[in-house]
Amino acid sequence: MRPIEYVAAKTVQEAVKSLAEKGDAARPLAGGTDIIVQLRGGRRQLDRLVDMKAIPELNELTYNASSGLRIGAAVPCYRVYGDAAVASAYPGLIDAASLIGGIQIQGRGSIGGNLCNAAPSGDTIPALIAHSAVAEIAGPGGNREVPVEDFCTAPGRTVLQSGEILVAIRVPAPAAHFGACYIRFIPRNEMDIAVVGVGASMVLDGNKVTACRIALASVAPIPVYATAAGAALVGKEATEENINAASEAAQAAATPISDMRGTAEYRTHLIGVLTRRALQSAIQRAKEA
Amino acid sequence: MTTVDKKKYKVIGTSPIRHDGADKVTGRAVYGIDYHMPGMLWGKILRSPHAHAKIKSIDASKALALPGVHAVVTGKDMAVAADIEVEAGETSLNYMHLSDNVMARDKALYKGHAVAAVAADTQHIAEEALALIDVDYEVLTPVLNGREGMKADVPLIHPDQTTKVMAFRFDPGTDTGEKSNVAGRSQLKLGDIDAGFKEADFIVEREFTTSWVHQGYIEAQNATAHWNNDDNITVWNSSQGTFNQRQLMAEILKHPVSQIKMVPLEIGGGFGGKIPVYLEVPAAMLSKKTGHPVKMTMTRTEVFEGTGPASAAQMKAKVGATKDGRITAAYAELVFEAGAFPGSAVGAGAQGMFTAYNIENILIDGYDVVVNKPKSAAYRSPGTPQACFPAEAVIDELAELVGMDPLDFRIKNAAKEGDRRADGVQHPEMGNLECMEALKASDHYKSDLGGPNRGRGVASGYWGNAGMPASCSIAINADGTVSLAEGSPDIGGSRTSIAMMCAEAFGIAAEDVHPSIKDTDSIGYNGLTAGSSTTLRNGWAVFEVTNQAIELIKARAARLWETEPENVDFADGVFFSKAEKELKLTFKEMAGKLMETGGPISVAASVAPRGAGPSFTTHMVDVEVDPETGKVDILRYTAAQDVGTMIHHDYVEGQVQGGTAQGIGWALNEEYFYDDKGQMLNSSYLDYRVPTMLDLPMLDTILVEHPNPDHPFGVRGVAEISVVPPLGALANAIYAAVGVRMRDLPMAPHKIVKALQEKNGKTK
Repeated sequence: MRPIEYVAAKTVQEAVKSLAEKGDAARPLAGGTDIIVQLRGGRRQLDRLVDMKAIPELNELTYNASSGLRIGAAVPCYRVYGDAAVASAYPGLIDAASLIGGIQIQGRGSIGGNLCNAAPSGDTIPALIAHSAVAEIAGPGGNREVPVEDFCTAPGRTVLQSGEILVAIRVPAPAAHFGACYIRFIPRNEMDIAVVGVGASMVLDGNKVTACRIALASVAPIPVYATAAGAALVGKEATEENINAASEAAQAAATPISDMRGTAEYRTHLIGVLTRRALQSAIQRAKEA
Repeated sequence: MTTVDKKKYKVIGTSPIRHDGADKVTGRAVYGIDYHMPGMLWGKILRSPHAHAKIKSIDASKALALPGVHAVVTGKDMAVAADIEVEAGETSLNYMHLSDNVMARDKALYKGHAVAAVAADTQHIAEEALALIDVDYEVLTPVLNGREGMKADVPLIHPDQTTKVMAFRFDPGTDTGEKSNVAGRSQLKLGDIDAGFKEADFIVEREFTTSWVHQGYIEAQNATAHWNNDDNITVWNSSQGTFNQRQLMAEILKHPVSQIKMVPLEIGGGFGGKIPVYLEVPAAMLSKKTGHPVKMTMTRTEVFEGTGPASAAQMKAKVGATKDGRITAAYAELVFEAGAFPGSAVGAGAQGMFTAYNIENILIDGYDVVVNKPKSAAYRSPGTPQACFPAEAVIDELAELVGMDPLDFRIKNAAKEGDRRADGVQHPEMGNLECMEALKASDHYKSDLGGPNRGRGVASGYWGNAGMPASCSIAINADGTVSLAEGSPDIGGSRTSIAMMCAEAFGIAAEDVHPSIKDTDSIGYNGLTAGSSTTLRNGWAVFEVTNQAIELIKARAARLWETEPENVDFADGVFFSKAEKELKLTFKEMAGKLMETGGPISVAASVAPRGAGPSFTTHMVDVEVDPETGKVDILRYTAAQDVGTMIHHDYVEGQVQGGTAQGIGWALNEEYFYDDKGQMLNSSYLDYRVPTMLDLPMLDTILVEHPNPDHPFGVRGVAEISVVPPLGALANAIYAAVGVRMRDLPMAPHKIVKALQEKNGKTK
């Protein structure tokens, strides 16, 4: 490992400038739970790390019942699930934030970092998609917004261009009778990477589904927003038959591979099981909301 | 629980605070990784990216030109070690092979095989230098499976290797002259196998496979070596045997044993994996070249890919029983992947696999096959978890066919004192049946499973334990405390256990004994900290030195009381005159009078016990299987084990629980996941899944104390056997829960789902 320059940016502009100077040889550092491991393992070679933790805006967590939630890109997971109002409004996101890694990782690792790391298995990404989250981006060319489902472009790659940083993730306020859930399958009970993860959200009118979003982790090169699966339920009753049809549509949206964490056949099977379970839980939560 | 009358002890059987406890909980204990010397350089190893390749040339000139780089060594710098086989904790080592394993010579035989080592000012410079070493490889087809490797048309990993036939374990063998990847064939034979199967009403025959697994110690291998100008070599490291490693170093470096000093630092787990040398040799060679001390440590990936895991195995087992549930015959074929060099634990596996049962007709064929994977090393009851897995699974099926409770079936067939093992040896006094009966009487056995998709499994196990030499010395201090010097690295609490036996003998508190572990220049020879023998044999050495010291102190008391030594006796920590009852002095009081009665007393002794008292155990586990995901949750676990006389209660319990946890990992999720080129894809603790705290319930123990009649304190080896039964017990529990027999380890969720789909006729 070669020496790396460490820059602690104080403002968004400073971070953008510092990153733009080095192009691909610089990366932002928030919790560091991915980037430091990658550097030490020789999976990345960098000249500069730009620390985001000293930028006030990236450390803000704000929630308002009408305008929704805004999570600064460097806010660690524990602050998100540790906020009672946020936890009750965004159950799917809370599911994801509280099962990443272990307690120590959650104390350090940020949801913004999880998104920017763009792993196919990133646990918060399907949950963010289910919650219709939007990424706020700042860069040398100004600010822009990208829905989370369009943020990842390939394993480890995102829409962020040279010098661009994720400033915050904005999650809209949930509608009445909204429910969401993220579940994943791992062979152990903690400290593991999803074999398959499923995020689901829905809005109910009585037992009728008026909105539904389903997203999948670890089943394709990027987290998958399974639009057809969600659409399969909209306008229909939340019955077992309709849930199963949505689960089958989710299976069709995936292109899983066989690797050390599971075979493609097994992953496809799990998408069906987990989508059904995530939908059932989201329905339950929507009814209780 | 105690099953036979046992001596009453004051210190033995309690759980005093460990002597090394304060240093360990405050982070002050010095482990290998903590060791630092002035002027020290850092070494790193360049490892083969290929599983099988000819090394055509190595050019280190660019690395040597990098500022901060001091030296590079390769296989060309190594002497050729002697072609002699030695035991290494139930696996075996050959000096020449070990030397070639430490540093490849002409061929790289597995991904991760060391091909060069570099010394530099810092670890980071050393890492950068590795990338500058040009190695020209000719990539060869790898052999990646034992059964494949046995075939005639596969590449020979060692072109000159011929198959040796061994009649018994550690037999040097008869050379067949046949060139093959099969390094050794062995056979255990008892009775008449054909007649035994003829007698059977039910016969079950199945095939099984297991994967490579790692011991999973937390502390990675490390070594700091200094080759001094006077050619004395000192090595500071953590190992499972300083004297053994000194011998290995001497053979590989062709250096006198008297000029090598091994200094044991604290060790963060070994489980058999820290018996061989790895970094010690290149560190010493780099030190010789540079004149500086050189420190080396492994990354976790290097630990997985470049040390000695436990063999994968491909096995067959066939067992027959009569209608009334008597096992009449057992046959097995064990193919063990030795790794890149011969010497798997297949022999120990054969010896252990049916040994908890009294079976009159047994035939076990074992094959030691080289493959392009790391050289296997010992791992807690080496070879036996693999071999007992098919035995226990097939016996479970037989119990079902016979229509007996699986525990009752085992009780009916349990081996007892005097019964013969497969190798013909008669069992000594032991508590096999007592463990099974204790489990049958347990609350666990009587409890209800309480839900669907739940099942209970049982499995038994045997492990022979080992006998090895030990030496220790004591010095009696004027304040009545005792300084106790030992030479066996303390992995599992042996230091305190040995001190407790010393305290018991003198009638003092465990805290009044101060144990320390010495380097090879400062204490007599000690065998490996392996084979569950350390507490047993050092306890024996302590028995010798305390007895000798008591005799010496009796003479001092006799001088004080103006009588003859034979008129003085010692009991319960008190020296007393046999004639005049009022003349008595405690051990502590006598310690204060040594100077005035002839000077200080210190005693040293060496012992070489031949056996460590065999271990027997039976485990019971309740699981719940999610039939949709294949996930197995362990609801309840009880391990019943004959532990002989317990010295330190909590350590014994911890050993039983620790081995059980490792066995659970082996059964459910741990495996070296290889691609078809022999590349391990999961060489990190993220993807090599050992169980975490959240994956295990409290592991209950039933500690059956059947003292070892051959040991002065009744000690029996306790440390290894608990890793043996979880594999079979979990397979049997999963069957009881959801009706599928899993015969391929690990029993990962995707395999369970597939088995359930096949059972239900869905082949999606």
